[in-house]
Amino acid sequence: MGATGQYLSIACVFAALGALSVTAASRSRGAEDVLVTNDLLGHRGGTITIALRSEPKTINPVLATDTSSLGVIYCMGADLIHINRETQRTEPALAKSWNMSHDGRTYTLQLRRGIRFSDGQPFDADDVIFSFKVYLDEDTHSPQRDLLVVGGKPISVEKVDDYTVRFGLPQPYAAAERLFDGFPILPKHLLEASYKSGSITQAWSVSTPPGQFAGLGPFRLKEYVPGERIVLERNPYYWKRDSAGNQLPYVDGLTFLFVPSEDAQVIRFLSGETDILSRFSAENFAALERQQSAKGYRTYDLGPGLEYNFLFFNLNDLSSVNLPEIAKKQVWFRDLRFREAVSAAIDRDAIVRLIFQGRAAPLTSQVTPGNKLWVDSALPPALHSPDRARELLKSAGFSWKSDGSLVDQRGNAVEFSILTSSSNAQRAKMATIIQDDLNKLGMNVHVVSLDFGATVDRLLNTFDYEAAISGLADGDADPNTEMNVWLSTGGMHIWHINESHPATPWETELDRLMNEQLVTLNYAKRKQLYDRVQQIVAQQLPMICLVSPDILVGAKDRVGNFHPANLDPYVLWNIDSIYVN
Amino acid sequence: MLLAGLHVPILLAGFFAPYSFSEQNRDRPFAPPSRIHFVDANGVFHARPFVYGLKDDPNTIGAFVVDMQRTIPLHFFVRGSSYRLVGLFPARMHLFGVSEPERIYLMGTDGYGRDQFSRFVYGGQISLAAGIVAAAISLLFGALIGGISGFYGGGVDNLVMRGGDLFLALPWLYLLFAVRATLPLHVAQWQVFLLLVAVIGLIGWARPARLIRGVVLSAKERDFVAAARGFGASDFYLLRRHVLPQTYGVVFTQMTLLIPQYVLAEVTLTFLGLGVGEPMPSWGSLLASLQQYYVLSSYWWMFLPAVLLIPLFLAYFWTADALQEHLKSVPL
Repeated sequence: MGATGQYLSIACVFAALGALSVTAASRSRGAEDVLVTNDLLGHRGGTITIALRSEPKTINPVLATDTSSLGVIYCMGADLIHINRETQRTEPALAKSWNMSHDGRTYTLQLRRGIRFSDGQPFDADDVIFSFKVYLDEDTHSPQRDLLVVGGKPISVEKVDDYTVRFGLPQPYAAAERLFDGFPILPKHLLEASYKSGSITQAWSVSTPPGQFAGLGPFRLKEYVPGERIVLERNPYYWKRDSAGNQLPYVDGLTFLFVPSEDAQVIRFLSGETDILSRFSAENFAALERQQSAKGYRTYDLGPGLEYNFLFFNLNDLSSVNLPEIAKKQVWFRDLRFREAVSAAIDRDAIVRLIFQGRAAPLTSQVTPGNKLWVDSALPPALHSPDRARELLKSAGFSWKSDGSLVDQRGNAVEFSILTSSSNAQRAKMATIIQDDLNKLGMNVHVVSLDFGATVDRLLNTFDYEAAISGLADGDADPNTEMNVWLSTGGMHIWHINESHPATPWETELDRLMNEQLVTLNYAKRKQLYDRVQQIVAQQLPMICLVSPDILVGAKDRVGNFHPANLDPYVLWNIDSIYVN
Repeated sequence: MLLAGLHVPILLAGFFAPYSFSEQNRDRPFAPPSRIHFVDANGVFHARPFVYGLKDDPNTIGAFVVDMQRTIPLHFFVRGSSYRLVGLFPARMHLFGVSEPERIYLMGTDGYGRDQFSRFVYGGQISLAAGIVAAAISLLFGALIGGISGFYGGGVDNLVMRGGDLFLALPWLYLLFAVRATLPLHVAQWQVFLLLVAVIGLIGWARPARLIRGVVLSAKERDFVAAARGFGASDFYLLRRHVLPQTYGVVFTQMTLLIPQYVLAEVTLTFLGLGVGEPMPSWGSLLASLQQYYVLSSYWWMFLPAVLLIPLFLAYFWTADALQEHLKSVPL
């Protein structure tokens, strides 16, 4: 309401200047559906500088997959329905309201009226229809397309009127409104020509002249200096206002510097070159925390994010590949008591303390305490007891030789290797701790660290590994993003890939639970189903979940309205409300 | 001699190191070095040296301060964890130690609470051996190929040197990826060692070969070589007796330069899964941890391995110098 008042007073000023301009101004501005935020009032001006780990590969939302590109695009685009990274719930964005049909298969979205792209051109339903046509077109090969395919069929989009669109889902789909986050609306007037000529994938590279680019986000492209920085400026047509009616964003510009390593980013932040430091390791946190009052910045520990790290054994069906040594060891790996013993032997608290300086959470299941809406808090913490581990091994027929080494029933020494990727230092360190824990049980465990590509190839294609440590992190907190991990047919069902039918009764149950939660619209019922999934993971241990690192960020004291969240993009998500003192 | 003094502890690592290189003390990550004292806080002199215990720093989580209340006397020739001397003889005797459950960390501990001193001493075994053997291999190949190339000149020279250029231009990183992919998942320790030596040594021959070729080129034009040739000396005799001895200077300097370089090359290979993996220490991996900002800024004792390596490599350099002088004084 404050916003309307502000426009009236603007109109009054115009009235004093000339009658003709008054009518024009009040008509267009009065019809604008702005979104009013509740954040603390800031003030206009200043710029913010942030470092990116790598140079963005593109600013085309249809193609982007790397974190840097997605971060820059996030600041220049807007989606229909947005996930508030702080509450983890959906909230209106370009769609000011929406409703779902009773069968959960039709969503009708009311769009904001009278708002404009960053080049001043108006936004309406045609842009929405065009955007989803592009995202859904198989020929554009958009990596996000899969998210819009529900039950094997793409969702449908239809224009009802200039400011109403209807989305049809092939089957009921829980939390479907969360799908819209991450699909920035494209300007039809700028991209239709290149889409029709089939060259949309070449449009909007980082070197695109700023005039050819437009979005609905708080910032627009100003300058790109290869190898150095990308500079954004405020979008004068942005559709959000603060509670006093001031147009957002507050800051005039946003600069992303390309700084390739974390240590270099920390040094740049300390020297004052950057204002915000996004995601750094716990070791650096301790070093930064000590100097924070002297240097005028603050560090924030936001608690665990969504990333979960886990140890798992190769349970793949190896009959089609020639790996007899590993197949022999699978007799141990398939024995639940063996996996339980390994889990009980692992000192998760030591991992938290030694690798993360206490800034991580030990895990029982795949859902981290940072996932507020979905974590099953009734699940007991993972047990650490070497004695229990020995009991379990004994009951599974293992015994110890006089020198303390463990042998199985047939007298074979228990020896296996743990594979990690050497590009993730923290996982390699976890392997060193777990190796020590398991060696104490009499197992002869080796750590093999290979480069990222070779590791992935062994895990997903050749299955030439025995055990491995890996981690997964989703963009969203919703269980739907985990479908490909827990379904026995899923591409990231990492301990046993490409199962033709579930190999175990509990995998059958996981399939049923995951498929059922997908079509259950009631949150409480879905939560029950997903709690059961977490229980199965904790009991059957297909993945022995280890720890989830805290999200650690920092910002200068002069940055106002800094509300980092433990969901990606951690510090940028409310960039439109951030101001500079 | 200094060099021997440095090598004996490394060869007899198990005896000189108070602890095993892999023993983790998870309550003491990044513990600072224990300082050896003779005079305690009350000014009393102790004939037997002692160290103070550590306690948790009340002001900073995860940091330790010296506990002046606990004096821990140092003992010599103590029985501790078992090891194999020179890889053969089982033993339990250590040069020094303190009584359990206290610990002495002469160079502090790393992030897992492992004794840095023990890791340094053990790490030297694999790093030095790999460095020396690999440097010897690459110099041997280098001298042989460079010598032939320089001595015969012309077509042979062209062929060999262009071959060397090709060798230098190969994308080694990708070749090593490929090598690793063909190997089994877990490679035994001694195989890793041989592999390391072979890879480092074979990659490295081309540069020394060029240098040696240059020396040989000028050496074979010297008057006394020409004279010997005039008297009907065979190629082999000329090479062995007159030409190659003149390259010794270059070879020794190269050796002193290559050994430190190869000790560090091990870090890259470890990253590719071709080096010694955890928990085996190597000097390369001890130095690699210094690349992290927090280590540099917070734990000064992590520098100690680097500081200790300086006199070692200097000793190599001096030895090479001395050898060269010695060779010069011997008449050809």
